[in-house]
Amino acid sequence: MTETFGERETDYQRVQTSDEFQALRHRFRRFVFPMTAFFLAWYFLYVLLAAYAHDFMSTKVWGNINIGLLLGLGQFVSTFAITMIYARWANNRQDAVAERLRLHIENGDALDGGPA
Amino acid sequence: MITSLSSLLRAAETEDIGNPWVNIAIFGGFVAITLVIVFRASRNNKTAADYYAAGRSFTGPQNGTAIAGDYLSAASFLGICGAIAINGYDGFLYSIGFLVAWLVALLLVAELLRNTGRFTMADVLSFRLRQRPVRMAAALATLTVVFFYLLAQMAGAGGLVALLLGVEGAAAQGLVIAVVGGLMILYVLVGGMKGTTWVQIIKAILLIAGAAVMTLWVLAKFGFNLSDLLQGAIDSAGEGGESIIEPGRQYGVSAMSQLNFLSLALALVLGTAGLPHVLMRFYTVPTAKEARRSVVWAIWLIGIFYLFTLVLGYGAAALVGPEVIKAAPGGVNSAAPLLAYELGGTILLGLISAVAFATILAVVAGLTITAAASFAHDIYASVIKHGEVKPDGEVRVARITVVVIGILAIIGGIFANGQNVAFLVALAFAVAASANLPTILYSLFWKRFNTSGALWSMYGGLISCLVLITFSPVVSGKVDPVTGASLSMIKNTDIDFHLIPLENPGLISIPLAFVLGIVGTYLSKEPPHPEKFAEMEVRSLTGAGSEKATVH
Repeated sequence: MTETFGERETDYQRVQTSDEFQALRHRFRRFVFPMTAFFLAWYFLYVLLAAYAHDFMSTKVWGNINIGLLLGLGQFVSTFAITMIYARWANNRQDAVAERLRLHIENGDALDGGPA
Repeated sequence: MITSLSSLLRAAETEDIGNPWVNIAIFGGFVAITLVIVFRASRNNKTAADYYAAGRSFTGPQNGTAIAGDYLSAASFLGICGAIAINGYDGFLYSIGFLVAWLVALLLVAELLRNTGRFTMADVLSFRLRQRPVRMAAALATLTVVFFYLLAQMAGAGGLVALLLGVEGAAAQGLVIAVVGGLMILYVLVGGMKGTTWVQIIKAILLIAGAAVMTLWVLAKFGFNLSDLLQGAIDSAGEGGESIIEPGRQYGVSAMSQLNFLSLALALVLGTAGLPHVLMRFYTVPTAKEARRSVVWAIWLIGIFYLFTLVLGYGAAALVGPEVIKAAPGGVNSAAPLLAYELGGTILLGLISAVAFATILAVVAGLTITAAASFAHDIYASVIKHGEVKPDGEVRVARITVVVIGILAIIGGIFANGQNVAFLVALAFAVAASANLPTILYSLFWKRFNTSGALWSMYGGLISCLVLITFSPVVSGKVDPVTGASLSMIKNTDIDFHLIPLENPGLISIPLAFVLGIVGTYLSKEPPHPEKFAEMEVRSLTGAGSEKATVH
């Protein structure tokens, strides 16, 4: 399937080096990489506590609700929160730029002068 | 409660929980309704894009619900409820790992994949790597993941059948597994992806609604007080019952079991984004934006469902009791249906079991179509026929593959009957995280990555997983210290060739596969293709040149 785009390869490279695409790419990576590092670190912190800090996790906070249960539910809260933050960010910050670049590439215009 | 418990025990002894005819009637009704929908939905199946990717015509919310349907398998419902009911807090890890894993898919994989591929995971991998060897490796990994996933679903079906229809004995259970397998083949043959997607949507709604009703019911019994529910679980768990709300009941026994816990946690969180049948779902929507919307929907539905399973698991522990669950036909996997019986008698048991059945059927159908697409599209069309095959020829091979895989699943299901479902699925997750995820991430984000790195990583991850599983206590040599019965797949306790005490291979195989990807890349003399990486990167982030929805 890549063959059919053969004659456009240089165009893709030109887009890749354009300022607008580089900004898009840079924003994307600057958002998703730290976010991924954060939720994985938080998840493994939880897992390590559950595996090795039994007494701490078994500390009761209210009735039979212990720290382990609260941290476990905290994983749910953080997952929902990151999902909504990412979706909102991508909708507001990335989609319009990506769409503009896509139309430039697919219509073949604006490549010579570089994407606006 | 005491009387109902004893009646339940009596019922369990006579293998007669619920009314088998009510169960069959409800189940049959559901199958009939969904088959009609499948037939209606499949009228427009003309091209390969229709058959595999449902013409890319689903909306985000529809596809998100279907993803939840695909994901919330017997492992999530029967397996997690059972794990929490028996092992308490340690079972909760499944819920958390299965959910957090979706962030990997959302942030790093879903949209980029939608923008660069067509039908299967291998499309993305072969974008800038050499097609044939990479497709071959990806297809083999896909088939392996699907195989383990199918084993788990079939084990769930077997346990459920044993409980519901009072079917005891290997031969009779095997017959029912064969019937389930036959239905599944019919679904996929007739419906393709579009029909399967609709089945997933209906089933997801039914499953989540059923779990919601049961959750409210359980909470109502404890005055909507979670602490009281936990107290009920502690009281029912007998001596040392306090441990059911604390970590370590299952995995705290020794340093080795703690490593098992870490291994499981790693496989769970990295497995989802490498599951081929989940990845394939991203292609059934028209754009990357819809792919994102569908994952957001899926995360909410799946997360809420897993919160339900926490209540259901502890509810089953409190109202049914771990010992009763373990003694029932179907064992640990029967916690959720036993809880339904305890709450709402035969009718609720029938309904919940029908939903559980439908869950297994639908997930099996989704898995089968993925394997069929992988074989027909990646091995047959691309490797054997060098891409020169008519679209309808590829679909024909896919249909034959469905039949073959259906038969293999039936045989495998009979073999895996009796194993813990969530645990078996975790093996599929380990294979996916080892064989697929490193290569997906490298090929999307690492410019230097090449074919050699992909092959090292995929084959290294796949083979190390298979070797570690084969020589693990899962297959042979795990013996219940109390009863002396085998807990492994091989029931003969004289046969014991286990060498590695690790039950889930993830802790070794996943880091190994990531490292092998780097080593293989640097060992190769393959010249880099900056122009292909440019195309891939631009397309993955902008959606330029991506496959569009087909219009009928």
